[in-house]
Amino acid sequence: MSTTRNPDSTGSPGTAAATGSPAGAAATAPRPRGGGDARAGRRVRQVRELGILLALVLLIAVTTAVNPGFLAAQSVRDLLLGATLLTILAVGQSLVLITRNVDLSVGSVMGLSAFAVGTLFVAFPGLPTPVAALAGVAVGTVCGVVNGVLVAAARVPALVVTLGTLYMFRGIDFWWASGRQINAADMPDGFLGLGRVTLLGVPLPAVVALLVVLAAGWYLRNYRSGRELYAVGSEPQAARLSGIPVDRRVFAPFVVNGALAGLAGVLYAARFGTLDATVGTGMELEVVAAAVVGGVAIFGGSGTVYGAALGALLLSTIDAALPMLRVDSFWQQAVVGLLILVSIGLDRLLAVRTARRLRGGGSRGA
Amino acid sequence: MMRKRIRYGVTAAALAGVMLAATACGGTTRGDDSGEGSGGGAQGEADPDAEIPEGLAISFLPKQLNNPYMTYANSGGQEAVEELAGEFKEVGPSEANASSQVSYINTLSQQGSDAIVIAANDPDAVCGALNQARQAGSVVVSYDSDTNPDCRDVFINQATAEEIARVQVEMVAEQIGGEGEIAFLSATPNATNQNTWLELMEEELAKDEYADIEVVDTVYGNDDDQKSFNEMQALLQSHPDLAGVVAPTTVGLAAAARYLSGSDYKGEVVLTGLGTPNQMQEYVEDGTVEEFALWDPKDMGYLAGYAAASLSAGRITGAEGETFEAGRLGDYEIGANGEVVLGPPTVFNADNIDEYDF
Amino acid sequence: MGPEVGTAPKAAASPGADTRSALRRLAGTRETSVIGALVVAVLAASLLVEGFASGRNAGFLILDIATIALIALPMTLIVITGEIDLSVASTLGLTSAVMGQLWVMGLPLETIVPLCVLLGVVLGAVNGLLVTVAGLPSLAVTIGTMAMYRGLAYVVLGDRAVADFPFEWTGGATARLPGTDLPWVVLLIAVLAVVFGVVLHATPVGRSLFAIGSNDEATRFSGISVAWTKLWLFVASGAVAGLAGVFWTLQYGSARADNAFGLELSVVAAVLLGGVSIFGGKGALPGVLAGVLLLGVIRNALSLADVSSDVLSIVTGVLLVVSVVLPTTITRLRERRPRPAPS
Repeated sequence: MSTTRNPDSTGSPGTAAATGSPAGAAATAPRPRGGGDARAGRRVRQVRELGILLALVLLIAVTTAVNPGFLAAQSVRDLLLGATLLTILAVGQSLVLITRNVDLSVGSVMGLSAFAVGTLFVAFPGLPTPVAALAGVAVGTVCGVVNGVLVAAARVPALVVTLGTLYMFRGIDFWWASGRQINAADMPDGFLGLGRVTLLGVPLPAVVALLVVLAAGWYLRNYRSGRELYAVGSEPQAARLSGIPVDRRVFAPFVVNGALAGLAGVLYAARFGTLDATVGTGMELEVVAAAVVGGVAIFGGSGTVYGAALGALLLSTIDAALPMLRVDSFWQQAVVGLLILVSIGLDRLLAVRTARRLRGGGSRGA
Repeated sequence: MMRKRIRYGVTAAALAGVMLAATACGGTTRGDDSGEGSGGGAQGEADPDAEIPEGLAISFLPKQLNNPYMTYANSGGQEAVEELAGEFKEVGPSEANASSQVSYINTLSQQGSDAIVIAANDPDAVCGALNQARQAGSVVVSYDSDTNPDCRDVFINQATAEEIARVQVEMVAEQIGGEGEIAFLSATPNATNQNTWLELMEEELAKDEYADIEVVDTVYGNDDDQKSFNEMQALLQSHPDLAGVVAPTTVGLAAAARYLSGSDYKGEVVLTGLGTPNQMQEYVEDGTVEEFALWDPKDMGYLAGYAAASLSAGRITGAEGETFEAGRLGDYEIGANGEVVLGPPTVFNADNIDEYDF
Repeated sequence: MGPEVGTAPKAAASPGADTRSALRRLAGTRETSVIGALVVAVLAASLLVEGFASGRNAGFLILDIATIALIALPMTLIVITGEIDLSVASTLGLTSAVMGQLWVMGLPLETIVPLCVLLGVVLGAVNGLLVTVAGLPSLAVTIGTMAMYRGLAYVVLGDRAVADFPFEWTGGATARLPGTDLPWVVLLIAVLAVVFGVVLHATPVGRSLFAIGSNDEATRFSGISVAWTKLWLFVASGAVAGLAGVFWTLQYGSARADNAFGLELSVVAAVLLGGVSIFGGKGALPGVLAGVLLLGVIRNALSLADVSSDVLSIVTGVLLVVSVVLPTTITRLRERRPRPAPS
């Protein structure tokens, strides 16, 4: 909860901007000055993401050695499908986190969107799949707009607002569902088939998730407004003074995140087929955890969506691998908790190293 | 500075530990027999001819609201209460936990409800509040999941454990043709119901007629959809010769069916267990699952409604051997421990699945 | 977490305006409005809801909010320093699980209870050390330990429930004070509230907490040991959560690994509703207690009035959002009018 004023005791040192892929400074200042920082930062980022990848490969290797069935085509398809929702949500959450905000309402938004899609099919059985999918995304977008307006326009802390909307959206979902459950039989086969269609052997939802990751990554890297998100996150006051429309840069990620949570709701409906008002309960902290494990700083200005996606994949793989390894499932949560602590510890270590190297190199200090 | 202070802290903690060890002698330990609190059990005399007064306030407190199974069960309760011209009410938490059930019990007690019909999330955690409500004049019926017998008058048991175990063994044995490897996909490793059923199924399978069936594994999906799905997947990959899977939990059965219907094992491996018709309809229609079993929750709620009214009117007290009339279901007798058994489980298949909605 | 840096109220400049502005400040503070809302809610509920205004119901209400009230006390101090502790509910769960396991192993309760509080201290110290010594953000740290402590609770007790605690203890936990309908735990809350209240509002340490929350670095230079202070707060939070774990276990007579799951968000919601700024530096303990009570009164009154729990969830959310949106908007409007805002 500390803010910028607190560089030493939190994980967001002044050089945080430099550890984000394109440094915040580079977005506004003439390039040469930030160039060195950015390059050093990018290397750190890559080391960090390589680390998660390594952990992932190691986990898969060990699990496969114990239980060769883990890498069977069917099993890999299941794994990818399982990681889809978390990945999409983690990408949206990263965009919000990068601007030094947080969205705790994603689980509720996903539940609301999933139930909306189901209800639509009950009301209009012949509805074409794309229309229903769009409606689900629209529900999510509306929720995102509500969050975004409250945070950006009313300038209220995101943690408080989205904690409030977490309760609100979930309450609306309960009230709407009032004990009903929507079952696979209520939805057309064409829609439910979305979860089973494969493209070159890869399940369609996983392809969608991949596209979302690539699109978000491309945007953050190559668009001015994307890079400005990092600037807003690392030093909001400075960003404002340098002419970045801070409110708009804060607002947009909430809307995108809402839309992605809506998309996740649609995919949930297609994949699970059974919907009630509790869909997505408690998902918010898992999503934040995935992003943090993936190296997205919780205080903004640093991290990439690729890292977040890898974090989501790692957490999902742990879920799938533990039963294969015959590890008592009670250990699962403890392992995930430890992983989060190791990840943020690692981030801190890398940030301190980078800061020291940069200072040594004659660049501006922390 | 900091380090020195930490050293002081550690010393203090160690000292505290030594002092604790010193107090360890002569305290309240588990073996001590302590007088139980206000006990339950039947009180007073039953009057089988007592009139059931109109306007009895009978409140249903399910494990959680927004659970279709519970909603369907309570629709049976509503039917019963309306037949008896009582006031039906359904309240409950939106998430299944014991602590929020306690505050609803307190509310009902404060409102002066004549009868509380509860499906307990934790048999002991709701006990204190239920006994307080009983002291304040309510009668308590548990259904679906029993509370500690000390804190309710009657328990409506959906089906005996023996019946549930037997019907599942019969189904799987018939479908795999009487021989082969089978495995269990259960709820949590410590779920009371499931563990009882698993034990009784093993006993049933030990009989001569099932000599060619071998149980190779038992896995736990924690009644979590994703986890059950993963466990089912792991099960099929670790046992290539598996002939059948029994999932004595609705969440586990639905997740396992979903996995099976989208995998190469569909039609190869038999799947059966306990499930709800609405969740399983798709998989019965596409041939993934041939048949499965469950009791009719609506009848269970209906029976609970009649039991609550009969208790409140004084027709029964909850003592063994008493009988009461339960509308369209006929007469029921109270068994040992205040239990009333609903009847044998219902088997669902393509022929009858359309007739149920839960 | 927002892009905005808190706008601290400027001290009144002209001497004449001093008393007037002090009055206005009192009337305008968040905690006064929460206390006002609480009074209105209690009056409305007493008049409109049958069965609300009775001693018996007050007893039920207090038992319902006791755990949240206890944990909210140290949480208030932590949030005022600009940190947060999301691991409290998991600490409670782990304590409860360990309590059950130790009881099964045959230890006497007289030993188990202090051991459980000690466990809370250790768990809190782990959070505190990670935040102060390792310099990690508390939000991320405590999300991690939240998962880890809950996971360890399952490792200790699995899905079992230990419920054979002696009746003298479980009945004792919900026992009423002699001659009243109030449970004795109200005394425990009162004592701890006074302790934390005095520390926060009447000692140099308390002033330093506000100072740390509004400007960490300046405080560091002024000679206050920021790290040491924060470490103590996390330890206090862990200890109270451990105590709450003991109380919860006895209150419900059931030790389970999933006890109080998700309670951290209710505690944070109550603290924020009570007027504590999530950025730190602002807040007061009476406001937080009023916030906890307000949520409890609304829950209790709505459920007595047979309003479904879905509505309750919506009301909680709206209340939380309104409680922050309203003052922020009013402040901004007020600032905009007299002089051009320096943006």
